Amino acid sequence: MKSQLEQMRRTAAEKIAGASGIAELEALRIAYLGKKGELTAILKQMGSLSAEERPIMGQLANEVRAGIEALIAQQFEKFKEKEKAERLVSETIDVTLPGKSVALGHRHPLSIVLNEVIDIFLGMGFKVASGPEVELDYYNFEALNIPEGHPARDTQDTFYITDNVLLRTQTSPVQIRYMEQNKPPIRIIAPGRVYRSDAVDATHSPLFHQIEGLVVDKGVTMGDLKAGLEAIAKGLFGNETRIRLRPHHFPFTEPSCEVDVSCFRCGGKGCPMCKGEGWIEILGAGMVHPKVLQNGGIDPDEYSGYAFGVGLERITMFRFQIDDMRLLYENDVRFLSQF
Amino acid sequence: MLLSNKWLNDYVKIDVSDKEFADVMTMSGSKVEGFGREGAELKNIVVGKILTLERHPDSDHLWVCQVDTGGSAPLQIVTGAQNLSVGDFVPVALDNSVVAGGKQIKKGKLRGVESAGMLCSLGELGLTTHDFPYAVCDGIFVLGDDCDRTVGTDIRAAIGLDDIVTEFEITPNRPDCLSVTGLAREAAASFGIPFNTPVPSVIKGEGDVSDYLSVEILDSKKCYRYAGAVVKNVRIAPSPRWLRERLRASGVRPINNIVDITNYVMLEYGQPMHAFDYRFLDGGSVIVRNARAGEKITTLDGTERNLTEDMLVIADANKPVAVAGVMGGEYSGIMDDTNTIVFESACFNGPSVRSTAKKLGMRTEASARYEKGLDPKGCRRCLDRALELVRLLDAGDIINGVIDCDRTDNEQRTVPFDPDWTNRFIGINVPHDKQIEILESLSFKVENGMVIVPSFRGDVEHRADIAEEVARFYGFENIESRPLVSTTAGMLNETQKLRKLIDNVLLAQGLTEIMTYSFISPKYYGNIKLPADSPLRNSVVIKNPLGEDTSVMRTTAVPSMLEVLSRNYNNRNAGARLYELSTVYIPVSGEALPDERQTVSLGMYGEGCDFFSLKGVIEELLYNLGISEYDVDAVSDCVYLHPGRAARLTVNGDESGVFGEVHPDVLDNYEIETKAYVGTLCFDVLCKHANLAKTYRQLPRFPAVTRDLAFVCNKKLPVLTLERAISEAAGKNLESISLFDVYEGSQIPDGMKSVAFNLVLRSPDKTMTDEEADSAVKRAVKALEKLGISLRS
Repeated sequence: MKSQLEQMRRTAAEKIAGASGIAELEALRIAYLGKKGELTAILKQMGSLSAEERPIMGQLANEVRAGIEALIAQQFEKFKEKEKAERLVSETIDVTLPGKSVALGHRHPLSIVLNEVIDIFLGMGFKVASGPEVELDYYNFEALNIPEGHPARDTQDTFYITDNVLLRTQTSPVQIRYMEQNKPPIRIIAPGRVYRSDAVDATHSPLFHQIEGLVVDKGVTMGDLKAGLEAIAKGLFGNETRIRLRPHHFPFTEPSCEVDVSCFRCGGKGCPMCKGEGWIEILGAGMVHPKVLQNGGIDPDEYSGYAFGVGLERITMFRFQIDDMRLLYENDVRFLSQF
Repeated sequence: MLLSNKWLNDYVKIDVSDKEFADVMTMSGSKVEGFGREGAELKNIVVGKILTLERHPDSDHLWVCQVDTGGSAPLQIVTGAQNLSVGDFVPVALDNSVVAGGKQIKKGKLRGVESAGMLCSLGELGLTTHDFPYAVCDGIFVLGDDCDRTVGTDIRAAIGLDDIVTEFEITPNRPDCLSVTGLAREAAASFGIPFNTPVPSVIKGEGDVSDYLSVEILDSKKCYRYAGAVVKNVRIAPSPRWLRERLRASGVRPINNIVDITNYVMLEYGQPMHAFDYRFLDGGSVIVRNARAGEKITTLDGTERNLTEDMLVIADANKPVAVAGVMGGEYSGIMDDTNTIVFESACFNGPSVRSTAKKLGMRTEASARYEKGLDPKGCRRCLDRALELVRLLDAGDIINGVIDCDRTDNEQRTVPFDPDWTNRFIGINVPHDKQIEILESLSFKVENGMVIVPSFRGDVEHRADIAEEVARFYGFENIESRPLVSTTAGMLNETQKLRKLIDNVLLAQGLTEIMTYSFISPKYYGNIKLPADSPLRNSVVIKNPLGEDTSVMRTTAVPSMLEVLSRNYNNRNAGARLYELSTVYIPVSGEALPDERQTVSLGMYGEGCDFFSLKGVIEELLYNLGISEYDVDAVSDCVYLHPGRAARLTVNGDESGVFGEVHPDVLDNYEIETKAYVGTLCFDVLCKHANLAKTYRQLPRFPAVTRDLAFVCNKKLPVLTLERAISEAAGKNLESISLFDVYEGSQIPDGMKSVAFNLVLRSPDKTMTDEEADSAVKRAVKALEKLGISLRS
């Protein structure tokens, strides 16, 4: 009986090792270990054994059973793995086929830059203000220290509605309107559309956007203005950006300056983008003229402030290297979808 | 303003490179636009002397010359010019030279004869006969005795074409810097060099000016000062080379000595001058008065101009002879036979000159200066300078004296000197004596705690102006930046937040943002079929538009959207899904300013676009704005939309917009040959009803029961009617109802449709039984039966 068991173990091991698949394995399990299997048949002889032999043979039989079960299980695992591997191979796809996306829309490039500017200033404690585009002469000119007959009126070719009503030529009227309604400390930016009678070409548009900034508080200095301008420049054009203030003239600020940023392409060494200058003019700024504060109902002896105005189209065009302003208003989706 | 370096050197010697000069001037406030050397493109052109001149053997018009150019042997040069003689000094472009226009000259053969270069005309040097009046215009430039005629000399040095010219952008508040002396003052202060305002000497002449001339100012509000002088026996001739050179460098064409003197003084001192021919000054009198109604003048440019009573003129006893500060009359100019002249140096009111020039449509060099406000104290000085030049040029005989009609007050303008305030205001710490030094370098005086402002600085009237002068010469670059100390909260207001949300929701739905002009053509209202009496045709009209296309402020953003759809369609873009947060401008009667309303404008065409994709965008937008109570009704009277495919959105009773398929007529007008969809929503109404407050709802704890129901009804019946009836009847346990099929066709009678819904029923506090669900469904079916709608069998 012992030899029978040993014999069975050997042949079973061979057959299991040679099994071709899960089905054959199952058949072998039944053939050896099933109710009507070989092991059961051998164990039927147990009755003919002596009391001493019986436990020994019983133990051997259990060992054989366990051994065969283990072999079957082992082999079964192998077949499972193989089957899985084959399935995975058969499931291979062409990963270079296009993806299925939910296409988002595209923000207009002017909006992209405007939103960045707004974020920069929100972080600096500014609020966003606005004012009408169809504006009174008073707010657009008079209150900003540009009386009738002032030559500065010529540099801003104005669209008139009536003698007294016009399309604002700048966002600066919001300064006066905001000061009329709010007490210092004031910290606002006022983005919006402005209008000047310029024929359309690659660098001109009768309608464009400005972003006005106004800060009024006790003890505001040109040092504050410089810090504010540095923040915009770095925020928009990167941390390495430097600024340069050049004295200039605006009727509503005194002192006034034009502000250049170090060229964001060459870093200031000089390149075609900055026309070899190393600097690119981006905005006008200055300390709010005492008369303007007064016109806004704020005492210039108690408060001072700074203001600036940026052309949104200009910085957007620099930012994305757009060479023709008309593209911004043509709204061709082939253009817009690049942003 | 073009500044000649040679001229500047008369007043202040600055020994730095052109680039450094430009940089320093720019940083002190006189912005340099560019600089360059005259004749910079000319290369390898020298003075040569013609030694021999012989006919070309094979040509009847060419000449062969031997020219001494200072080299070891003469050069042989062939020329076609007919104005040469032996002994003439001429510009010689040598082998490998460059003449004006960048043309390269190389040696070569002309009809078989070697030519080592080219003899040049004025044009080939970039000049005209205005620069050298004695030269012939169609021949070689033969150098006169006003040139350096040493053979071999670079031609630019020889004829004075070697000035450095710097171009400045002068801001309108600084008319004093539209002059050589003004810029010299700024330059001296920038480089720390002393500068004294030049004072021309008073020239004594013969006779007495009052025997020739009388001056009367009738409107002293428009004319502050009028000074006149008389020169007789004028000898009209070209000006000397140095003067012509300076005018040329300044961009002014030399004419003759008298005209050149008026221009020279204007460029030097910033004060426009005029010279009248005394012959045409009836009665020898100058009367500065307003024009009379109906009066006319023919100006120097030969145009007859109608004058109005608000225009200031210079008149003689009978007629206007000049439009004050703008342009002289035709007979007032200098002619070849002019014998006696009157020099005018006057100061007119800026706004008055500006308004006159504008009305007459003639901005001149003089008017551009006057309108900025000139120094009344400068008039006399300029007249003296003009007479000094007459004497220097021997251009005529000066009559003794000057008629100076001065209506200015002699008050000095002063501003308190407050150096501490300046330091605080700018954020610097400049010692008082340094501040005084800066101010004095600009011709201000500081006395008894007051700054005395020089008369030519009309722009300085407040301590902030003084602070600016200190700051710009202390250097803006030296101001330390200091971040703001006090804090304020930076945040968007509710409307701005909603705007941002709308942007994000539309972008997330695949709509691309556009930006369009706010002004349109009134014709566009016709393009969208607005009837003639539509209130939307009442727009804010621009008085002086660039063109009809941009002449009225839009009252609707629909034409702008259609135009963009059309442009994209015609650019062969397969599709476009667009939106704009646009402003429309609605006139308000009795108000000066219109109501500026924001609208959300939507538009789309192309694959996957239909009425319902547009509606879906709007529904998703409303959902995200927290607007759940709204109605969508069919409308057939929106003129630009398809009458059967248009809807109105109403939120809580407020009309909030319309949307739908574009009317085929309108598509035709915009040349769009596919279906397109547009909508416009009122931003304000959306904002009013938006509710972004969110409260968490517990997740369902009990399973739901679902039921599918199909009904057959008249095909014209809106599905919404069924949906509402079912919702109402099914009761509070109806969690959701969604349409999943609408069907017409076989098995459904003609004129009817099958509508199938999926109902989800759930109880919040227990597992719903089939019986409960069935009873809810039964109620719904009954409710529909009452409307004559039956369950599909």
